[in-house]
Amino acid sequence: MSDTEVHQTPTGAQQPVGRAVPADEPTGDALTARYLTQLADDALTYAQRLGEWVTNAPQIEEDMALANVSLDLLGQARALLTRVGQLDGTGRTEDDLAYVRGEREFRNVHLVEQERGDFADEMARLLLLSSYQLELYSALLSSADETLAGVAGKAVKEVAYHRDHADQWVVRLGDGTPESSARMQAAMTRVAPHVAELFDDDPVSVAAAEAGVGVLPSSLREAALAHVAAVLAEAGLEPLDEAPRWRSRGGRDGVHSRPMGYLLAEMQSVARAHPGATW
Amino acid sequence: MSLMTDAHAPITDAPITGSQITGAPSSAARSSAAVVEQAVRDVLDPEIPVLTLDDLGIVREVAVDAAAGVVAVALTPTYSGCPATEVIAADVAAAVRAHGYKPSVSLRLAPAWTTDWMTDRGRDRLREFGIAPPGRVDARRVSGLTLSIRRAACPRCASTDTEEISRFGSTPCKALRRCLTCREPFDEFKPL
Repeated sequence: MSDTEVHQTPTGAQQPVGRAVPADEPTGDALTARYLTQLADDALTYAQRLGEWVTNAPQIEEDMALANVSLDLLGQARALLTRVGQLDGTGRTEDDLAYVRGEREFRNVHLVEQERGDFADEMARLLLLSSYQLELYSALLSSADETLAGVAGKAVKEVAYHRDHADQWVVRLGDGTPESSARMQAAMTRVAPHVAELFDDDPVSVAAAEAGVGVLPSSLREAALAHVAAVLAEAGLEPLDEAPRWRSRGGRDGVHSRPMGYLLAEMQSVARAHPGATW
Repeated sequence: MSLMTDAHAPITDAPITGSQITGAPSSAARSSAAVVEQAVRDVLDPEIPVLTLDDLGIVREVAVDAAAGVVAVALTPTYSGCPATEVIAADVAAAVRAHGYKPSVSLRLAPAWTTDWMTDRGRDRLREFGIAPPGRVDARRVSGLTLSIRRAACPRCASTDTEEISRFGSTPCKALRRCLTCREPFDEFKPL
């Protein structure tokens, strides 16, 4: 993986003996690149999933709405991945990073890679992710990395619209007919096991927070879930199950669930079949 | 991802390079600095061609280096994923070249663009074009659940009795609404 090879100091000096951190933990630009990769992969993977709704949403306005949300996320991912290529010493472009990385090199959480389900499932996922991202990007406005702070400045406004869209649908479906309410409730139950992973303090985020570049995911939890709770209460749905029987983990280490490989196969197939093609 | 152009246009402060955007300036006599700057500011938005870049409020800086024959333009992108951004950058480069200068176009992310930077002339032109102009961002109504309740006047009959059909319209920057007085649907430029 790229981050291990750029971690060496210019002189090739060894890490001081007795240092508490693992020898392969990235620092400096390599650390920032790893942190931005996590944020970018959440946005890119979810943009790909949301794009599947075009021609499949309940109404044409919703096709366009989810395509617009997808486009915002894709724009955020492009800016972040371009920065990753500049920082990690490999000189890779945004396209290299999106199209020719393998599954184990993607650092997104499991929530965004899950297969497209019921429309209610999508609104449940959008509510959770946008509630998390709104707190995340609000905190990153003061990031020490100027590009990240700039991306956050745009993203925080865009994500506010995404969350508002999810809020409206969750309330409409939850407070709608017995059928819509039951399906919205079932969707919240299915999404619950993927929530905890968003707020795990993984080593890269912890180091990035210490460096002033990132933010501790656990510090976002209270505000994000308070918003979700308010929406669910307004919708007449049960509170979010914060202790489900199982929970996802591993995305930040590149360990993914079954749908991820299929998602990447579709997203990368053209670029891999025609390497270096331009159009 | 770079669907719109063969240049890998980075969405960062780095200069946009590529044969499409930079290139040898024509050998024609150069216009004055004021003229080329105005030409840049008068470039039209490709999606809403009644608005100039100045009306949109996305031109941050136009620096004319007469000695070197280079015009450096800094633009603020509107939405992160807006495909028009790359077209606008190419149009700006073409405008600079048409006046005999070599273009250097960059995108500046911070501070983030807001619809509050749109000019009054731009708002009038939007309304005449049939798009309700954006309200002020700080005036956005927020209820307890932060479900935003925006009021927008119909660009045709000026009635404020309008309803939202879809939060997201034909482009990222617009919402779809319907006038309950004259019954016509219309686009609204969303406050951002």
